[in-house]
Amino acid sequence: MTAPITDTVADAVDSRGGSRGSTFARFLRRPAGAITTAILLLIVLVAVFAPWLAPHDPNAVDLELTRALPSAEHPLGGDTTGRDVLSRIIWGTQITLWGALVAIVTSLVIGVPSGLAAGYYGGAVDRIGTWISDGLQAIPGMIILLIVAAAFRNDFTVLMITVGVFMAPGYFRLTRSTVMAVRGEAYVDAAKVAGLSDIRIMARHVIRAVIAPIVIQSALTAGMAMGMQAGLQFLGIGGGTTPGWGAAMNEGFRVMRTDPLLLLWPSLALGITIAALAIMGSTLADVISVKTPTLSRRERKRIARLNAEKKPAGATTTTTGSISVAAVDSAVRLENLRVNYETADGEVEVVHGITLDVSPGEVLGIVGESGSGKSQTVFSMLDLLPKSGYYTADAIWIGGEDVTTLSKRDRAQLLGHEIGYIPQEPMSNLDPSYTIGYQLTEPLRAVHGMSRAEARDRALAMLDRVGIVDPARVMKSYPHELSGGMAQRVLIAGAIAGRPSVLVADEPTTALDVTVQAEVLELLRELQQEYNMALIIVTHNFGVVADLCDRVVVMRSGSIVEIDDVEPIFANPHSDYTRELIAASLDGAESRAELDAGLASTAPAHPGAVHATNEEQHA
Amino acid sequence: MLSFTLKRLLSGVILLFAVATGTFFLAHAAIPDPTLGLLGSAATPEAQAALAQKIGTDRPLLVQFGDWIGGMLRGDFGDSWKNFQPIGKQIALKLPVTLSVVTVSILLSAVLGGVLGVIAGLRPNTWIDRAVKAGSVILFALPGFWVALVLVMTFAVQLKWFPAVGYTQPSQSVGGWLQSITLPAIALALGAIVMIAEQLRNAIMQADRQDYVRTLRSRGLPQWRIVIHLLRNAAPASLTILALMFVGLLSGAIVVEQIFALPGIGAMTQGASQNGDIPMLLGITVITVIFVVIVNFLLDILLGWINPKARVK
Repeated sequence: MTAPITDTVADAVDSRGGSRGSTFARFLRRPAGAITTAILLLIVLVAVFAPWLAPHDPNAVDLELTRALPSAEHPLGGDTTGRDVLSRIIWGTQITLWGALVAIVTSLVIGVPSGLAAGYYGGAVDRIGTWISDGLQAIPGMIILLIVAAAFRNDFTVLMITVGVFMAPGYFRLTRSTVMAVRGEAYVDAAKVAGLSDIRIMARHVIRAVIAPIVIQSALTAGMAMGMQAGLQFLGIGGGTTPGWGAAMNEGFRVMRTDPLLLLWPSLALGITIAALAIMGSTLADVISVKTPTLSRRERKRIARLNAEKKPAGATTTTTGSISVAAVDSAVRLENLRVNYETADGEVEVVHGITLDVSPGEVLGIVGESGSGKSQTVFSMLDLLPKSGYYTADAIWIGGEDVTTLSKRDRAQLLGHEIGYIPQEPMSNLDPSYTIGYQLTEPLRAVHGMSRAEARDRALAMLDRVGIVDPARVMKSYPHELSGGMAQRVLIAGAIAGRPSVLVADEPTTALDVTVQAEVLELLRELQQEYNMALIIVTHNFGVVADLCDRVVVMRSGSIVEIDDVEPIFANPHSDYTRELIAASLDGAESRAELDAGLASTAPAHPGAVHATNEEQHA
Repeated sequence: MLSFTLKRLLSGVILLFAVATGTFFLAHAAIPDPTLGLLGSAATPEAQAALAQKIGTDRPLLVQFGDWIGGMLRGDFGDSWKNFQPIGKQIALKLPVTLSVVTVSILLSAVLGGVLGVIAGLRPNTWIDRAVKAGSVILFALPGFWVALVLVMTFAVQLKWFPAVGYTQPSQSVGGWLQSITLPAIALALGAIVMIAEQLRNAIMQADRQDYVRTLRSRGLPQWRIVIHLLRNAAPASLTILALMFVGLLSGAIVVEQIFALPGIGAMTQGASQNGDIPMLLGITVITVIFVVIVNFLLDILLGWINPKARVK
């Protein structure tokens, strides 16, 4: 049972870690860290000084002490053969720790170098190592231990070495995966180029990365080795005449109905030691791991209350942007939207109060560099911000209704019905485990109440509409069998299959090949007109804006710097930032003059051509 | 899909052969003169020689090995060196007890671990999440027999809800059978339950951060359907661990069985080990590894079904 924990450890640990000193200090500052360290330190001291601490000879038999209750002379009483229980427990500590140490050292010596080699060299070394490691994990270790016990006449040290061998795969896998992660880092390549030998590279860069995970793994392995050891002793193996805890538990077990205390003491000793080790390992992993903070439920409730609270009109002081139609006539309207993220350094506001709206059938472009908050704005509209983020707004109107007052569930009802969403990266936005057909028909059946046949017909029709050549075949395909362009068409089909009145597209062409981009934009334009949807398209590219949009919102670091119809923005941008963005989008393109000419005649003359050349700049 | 299946099957057979060979030579190297252990205090040189001839240990090791492997291929595990009864039959008598305890444990782990893991993964930092975390830290580390002792003390000795020891055949009384394996199964499963829960929690949280989950939500799917998508994508890692658990639980069962006096392979293994009954030990090892290989094979098939990409590899 060594392997499973390994993956958890590897997940929890950042391979780069912090400096060791500060990590240890942070570990000790935690109550769990300090308490378990104190307990384990005490246990180690007891083990080391057992000969001086034990009040009696652990093997001395005093018949009067047989099953004696605790007394001043014998604080824990006597066992079934008349030996002092406390002394035996104290000596047992030494045996237990020694056994765990033997197992850990064996495990380390086998697992870490082989894991280093497998992770660093890969290829055949990795395959052979992994095969052996998997093979070891397929063998019930207890049976082999029993064979070894028979062979070596219950020699305790040999048994613990065997335990170590069976725990080595844990270290092997952990080291291997950590090294593989570090292996890809630039500084290891740099060291290679600089001509350092493999051994030196491993010693200097790779070992450092695996130390923290190994310490954690060792705490867990120690606990498990103690468990195995006690289990063996409990079966009467590897104990001999030595006063092990497992042997004491066996003795106590046989008389548990009459003298339950005899079972209690060794069980407590073993339980406390193993629990302390486990908690120490877990606390250490916790200290080292990098966590993305999430909002507590209380925090979420507070934000929900904040949003539901109606503020008097004009109370807003610092909002950027403007509105064009009355709220009830808008398709979407954001009033003073703010987006915050919980980070390790506290809360960070990424959208600083913006106001905008879209009319039904209108195409609005939201333009800005990455980090300008445009995607966060979109996710707030959809109420699909990541768990560590939240928004506040004076109001968000969708389809003429203020949705900030709705419950989470009612709000989610809008998705698929009112709003459709087209993501940026087509390949990561399809569930890899399901066929395209399932992903398209599931919402139609579950959300729109269609029958299986109806949903299938609608999905086929949608695929056909978005320009998929063989819809029946694509329905049966899995996402990894599609090209990026096809996947994006599938996602568009999925977004419009529910006939939403608002379509939100988050950089729908950025991840696509240049040749496909123009086709997808053309498709979006057609669909928008066909269904008369409001289309909100997020982009960093003014070529896309010139191509599609009626109005533009220009965003920069979380605020709106400019909001206007397309032609005035191109003809006479008010802000320098807008001018820079337009220039950057068109820079070096020979069609600049063409575009200017096109704008002069109120519509881009060759939007497709302009667009294609611009996108090349960004590709 | 067919070549994928065949490959996995072949890899299992190779593993089985490797373990069988390795254990054979390990056992014979470890116990050079088994007659000593088998005869105990009655060992005179004459008796030893007679026994060696009877069980065939007077032949060269490689001949013994060929003989044994040949028998294995025909499904014949040979006779015990202690009681001279066919090993296959003796194991067939005890194995169902062990397997029923292990199977119930696995089912408990899968169901309870699955439910706890999903809840904790969907609601990180709530009390149930913290409970799973704390439970997994401590319960996973504590050995099954320790947990078993605590359970026996509490539920059998103090509360008298379950029989402390003994086994009832399901053919005699299904209720009695369930009662007799409940505590052992729970003792074995507790660590596995929290381990599965913790693992699944992390996998669910990771899946929940994927882009496609946001897109699925944007289609308006209800939460329970999202959870099914999450589960399907989080399942492979958890199932792999569940299969590994099977091996660990078999090991654990050998000790736990003896606490509850269950007539499984535990006591038989220990007896064979103390007597130096090599063919019995080998038979037990091979049969358990066969079960491990079967479980791993089923896992691979299941993973191939869950994750379409695994089939391609």
